[in-house]
Amino acid sequence: MAATTTIAGRINVQRIVKSRAIDWRARYFNWFCVSVLIVFAAIWAIPLLWAVDTSLKPDGEIATNPTRWWSGHFTLHAYRTVVNGGNIGTWYLNSFVVAIASAGLAVVVCSTTGFALSQTRFRGRQAVFGAIAAGLLIPSQVLIVPMFKEFNLVHLLNTYWGLILPSVAIPICVLIFAAFFNGIPSELAESAHVDGASWFHIYRRIYMPLTKPAISAVFIFTFVWKWNDFLWPLLVMTNPRMMTLPVGLSQVSSAYGIQYAEIMASAVLGALPLLVVFLLFQRRIVEGVATTGIK
Amino acid sequence: MAIQTLPLEAGVPVRATSGSGRRRPDTRAGWGMAAPFLLLYVLFLIAPTAYGIIMSFFNSSLVHNGLGGFAGPDNYTEALKSSDFWSSMWHTVLFTIITTPPLVVVALVLAMFTDRLKRGRWFYRLLFFAPYVIPSASAALIWSWLYAAPIGLWGTWLNDIGIGAPNWLADPNWAMASVGLMTVWWTLGFNFVLYLAGLQEIPRELYEAASVDGASPWTQLRHITIPLLRRTTALVLVLQIIASLKIFDQIYLMTGGGPNFATRPVLGFIYDIGFTDLRTGYTAAASMLYFLLILAVSLVWFLINRRQQRSA
Repeated sequence: MAATTTIAGRINVQRIVKSRAIDWRARYFNWFCVSVLIVFAAIWAIPLLWAVDTSLKPDGEIATNPTRWWSGHFTLHAYRTVVNGGNIGTWYLNSFVVAIASAGLAVVVCSTTGFALSQTRFRGRQAVFGAIAAGLLIPSQVLIVPMFKEFNLVHLLNTYWGLILPSVAIPICVLIFAAFFNGIPSELAESAHVDGASWFHIYRRIYMPLTKPAISAVFIFTFVWKWNDFLWPLLVMTNPRMMTLPVGLSQVSSAYGIQYAEIMASAVLGALPLLVVFLLFQRRIVEGVATTGIK
Repeated sequence: MAIQTLPLEAGVPVRATSGSGRRRPDTRAGWGMAAPFLLLYVLFLIAPTAYGIIMSFFNSSLVHNGLGGFAGPDNYTEALKSSDFWSSMWHTVLFTIITTPPLVVVALVLAMFTDRLKRGRWFYRLLFFAPYVIPSASAALIWSWLYAAPIGLWGTWLNDIGIGAPNWLADPNWAMASVGLMTVWWTLGFNFVLYLAGLQEIPRELYEAASVDGASPWTQLRHITIPLLRRTTALVLVLQIIASLKIFDQIYLMTGGGPNFATRPVLGFIYDIGFTDLRTGYTAAASMLYFLLILAVSLVWFLINRRQQRSA
């Protein structure tokens, strides 16, 4: 008995000594990690800070001292010029209408389909599922030419619908909803059936309220995607009154030339809404990325 | 053993059949609920795809309606012989080659380091992900200003510490790298967040056990963390390759495909030919060839995934 306790004691001592040495190594390593992170954090912050800084300086000062951070004459003049002189208010409105309508319709249309695929056993279900899965492989970018001809033919160019309609039926969103509905016990639907509830009622009153994480993920991502979408809106919205924010911003540098304060003010105003949304819903958005991997 | 497993094996099919037997015939409800999606899906995905394939065999143009004269495979042979098409394809591939490694490796390293922190993780997550939510146009304006020669911040700083700054976007040899650097800043946060989520799933006890056995933090990262993140890395890698192959925005906004077409990606080529030269048949053929490239990447991913699932 005595012998075993001493052996156990020795091993413990050895372990403690060893783990102290490791403690030092771990501590140095943690310092190294933090230093690397601080350097990268600085690199990541500088472009945003520099844009804000530039936008607050008078253009004359930028011309004489382009890389000085401090200014004796910080001013909101550039923001006033951009807001009063340009179309940025209209672009905000257009982007907002398109993003909200696309995200709302995507949630409704993709969730009903996800529900049908997951819960009802309709004939041809496998074929529909296959067609939707195949759609995952088709990037919308390769369709711009036929889509443009199609939209030209039905007079949807320079309309909100021209941006909204192509981005409602999103295959990945159907699969996200279907996966979510699969995780809900089907006894819920079965007992509701026994009580005589219709399929739509079961979808609306029982399944949708249990699917909030998927709803918010699909809504936020469709919104962000449409808000930032560039190539298709660039083709569809040629009338400056109908442009979305990114398309409008693409014209800014030719409008303001070397008035960098105005250009940076436009860039900051373009970035601001989604940065605010991101700050408010940080956890939701990050969880949404992590669990669904939509890009 | 045999007795124990038998009822389980027998139980599965019985439950499955009774389950489907209990359901009402619900073909009408299913199609009804899927109808709005299917209508939009057919109109805006399947129809354009079919139209694009058909159009690629005709001399279609934006100036007149209809398909135009039948061209057979002429559009394809013209694209395959065109040096402009091939150089734009190469620029897309080059962009993918130079952006994918840093976007995966730097995201992995930063996520591993952030995961070790006891405090302040939210700060790094916030900062690294923030650029990802701003529009490409804003990011491009900001970085064009940072790159502006000779007054941009990056160039001035490099000159200050004695390293001669390149002419960034205006130099054909540097333009693509400059856009790549901006893209790393802009989109790294997405991969970073995927890696942080993958790191959450590694049990902490593994690290404790390893450090009791005397493994240094560096060894732990190399022999525990990185191998256990293999699935996340595969996902990040394929999403990144496909995203990089779709490059258009940043190059259109920052260099316009220049200087002298040195950075024009294949989507830029499609945009120029389709909407400036208005030759939609030819453009549709080029789009199909580009589609095959993306499809090949997706298929490789699908095959790797299936093999992994089989071995698991």
